[in-house]
Amino acid sequence: MTATTTSVRQAAIAAPAPAGGKRRRYRAPDQAGVLTYIALGITAFLFIVPFYYMIVAGSRPMAEMNQTPPPWLPGPDLWSNMVKAFQQQNIGLAIWNSLLTSVAITAATLLFCTLAGFAFAKLRFKGKNVLFGITIATLMIPPTLGVVPLYKVMSDLKLTGNLWSVILPTMVTAFGVFFMRQYLVQTLPDEILEAARVDGATSTRAFFSIVLPIARPGMAVLGMLTFMTAWNEFFWPVIALNSSNPTVQVALNNLGSGYVPDQSVIMAGTLVGTLPVIVVFLLMGRQIVNGIMAGAVKG
Amino acid sequence: MTLSSTTAPPVPPGPPPRAAVRETPTWKQRLFRAEEKGAPYAYIAPFFILFIAFGLFPLVYTAWISFYEQKLGSSTSTWVGLDNYRWLFENPKFFNSLWKTLTIGLLSTVPQLLFAIGLAHLLNYRMRGRTFFRVSMIMPYATSVAAATLVFAQIFGRDTGFANWVLSFFGVDAIDWRNGDWTAQIAIAVIVTWRWTGYNALIFLAGMQSISQDLYESASIDGANRWQQFRHITLPGLRPTILFTVVVSTIGATQLFAEPLLFGGGTADGGALNQYQTVTLFMYQQGWSFGFLGRAAAIAWVTFLIIILLVLLNTWIARMRDRDPAEAAAKRARKNAAKGTGR
Repeated sequence: MTATTTSVRQAAIAAPAPAGGKRRRYRAPDQAGVLTYIALGITAFLFIVPFYYMIVAGSRPMAEMNQTPPPWLPGPDLWSNMVKAFQQQNIGLAIWNSLLTSVAITAATLLFCTLAGFAFAKLRFKGKNVLFGITIATLMIPPTLGVVPLYKVMSDLKLTGNLWSVILPTMVTAFGVFFMRQYLVQTLPDEILEAARVDGATSTRAFFSIVLPIARPGMAVLGMLTFMTAWNEFFWPVIALNSSNPTVQVALNNLGSGYVPDQSVIMAGTLVGTLPVIVVFLLMGRQIVNGIMAGAVKG
Repeated sequence: MTLSSTTAPPVPPGPPPRAAVRETPTWKQRLFRAEEKGAPYAYIAPFFILFIAFGLFPLVYTAWISFYEQKLGSSTSTWVGLDNYRWLFENPKFFNSLWKTLTIGLLSTVPQLLFAIGLAHLLNYRMRGRTFFRVSMIMPYATSVAAATLVFAQIFGRDTGFANWVLSFFGVDAIDWRNGDWTAQIAIAVIVTWRWTGYNALIFLAGMQSISQDLYESASIDGANRWQQFRHITLPGLRPTILFTVVVSTIGATQLFAEPLLFGGGTADGGALNQYQTVTLFMYQQGWSFGFLGRAAAIAWVTFLIIILLVLLNTWIARMRDRDPAEAAAKRARKNAAKGTGR
């Protein structure tokens, strides 16, 4: 485990400065040729075309999608297919539930991970290195493995089917702690903290008046990544929740598991469930890219 | 926390009186010190408390449950010793699921990482539309696994699927993706590859940009061509990143669940012949379709041990090679360039 730990650290240290930081030492790359554009263009097309497929298939009756060749342009039925999807699965409630859980998880993650990240980045205390090593090691433990007892505990607490069962286990991530630590190590000058101490500010006061404002850009990136991950979380919600109180992913699972699935309705539902994340993405795509490259750890 | 709010003195308008520091500390100063010592632990406490409650404790408790017969929805459990494990290791379906996890894992991880390195190399060029290309790389990552799988399940349909339509131009007869053994695994591997290639490309790109420019300069002065530079500087420089992505992808591959579940229309069988039943899907089926939570716990625990073995194996392989990749890269580049100019 220690070996992995160092490798994770190396990978992270190899990553460039967080969003906004100037990267000076990288190779001035060559100008891209035509072939590069073509190759990247094809890849981008392959990565985006399933979304287009969602729109086309979701906006036509199923029979039309079964023709060869399939139609290329969106049809007129998007609205009615969406309505059907809303009727078959409670997608309105699902979106509301997903929003609630994702926002709660994101808020908790931001607070707790920034606190811990600050402590690991700038404060001196006994056992710091060991505790940070443990934090990194926990990145390696897949949460899937604890689902049986987690389910047992949640059903003992009568929380299965309740949104709390989804929120509670994911309120912190080791990735978040690690990400905020890296960010604060690079952006928070020791001098400011020292000055605050001399002026008689406690650590807590320094955290709220100095660290939080400086950490805000990093928190924004971590927040978006966390929101996306929380919105897309599948395994545990499918186990812990049921179709009467679903999140979007649980509703999609039920929609895709019907006996006679109407593909167009499924696609319309998928489109609705994916849309919020796509909107976040179109607005903040660039920052998310920078955040992933800065963190260089799978969230 | 309340402690700090009472002790936080207002910031004094002028410089603090110096003489006060040397006298015996007042209660205020003592509290200030205590806060300074205790605060770090208070800050990391929420993380560790939540981690112990929802990460570590379930993991240990899983081992405990695996020794019991525990039915879904019943609060009583009976001690059965190693029965769950005995059942597991006598069950061909368990070994089938391990095998499928391995094959689908290889089919998805290997192409995914190779494509990703190539893409990262291309993305590292100076170009127009840089942001567009980079953002498009992680569109699949932003898509939920459920949405992606539902779309691909249609694309890989037998009669009307998009994939078969495209393949028909190459003279390939309609493939029954879902019911074939390898075809179903390939289809699932395609979904995984689609979702993660771009993400890994960005990780590799970050790694590439942290390799020192000097190495490339000295190599090109010494006459190393582009391919030699890629082979002897970029790849060795990416070693820690590659190791990291391999470890993460390996762990991810053992967790494959939503893709095979939804590809099979929401049933946990993983196909009529279990041809794409991964180990996590098998665990879900035992625990929540059949209601044998004790068996599911045993499966989880065995999977955990396998993951540890895989991670150790990965790092061991990495350690067999050089320790410091950058230095080794420089050495190799120099040697290689010398060979080139010596001719």
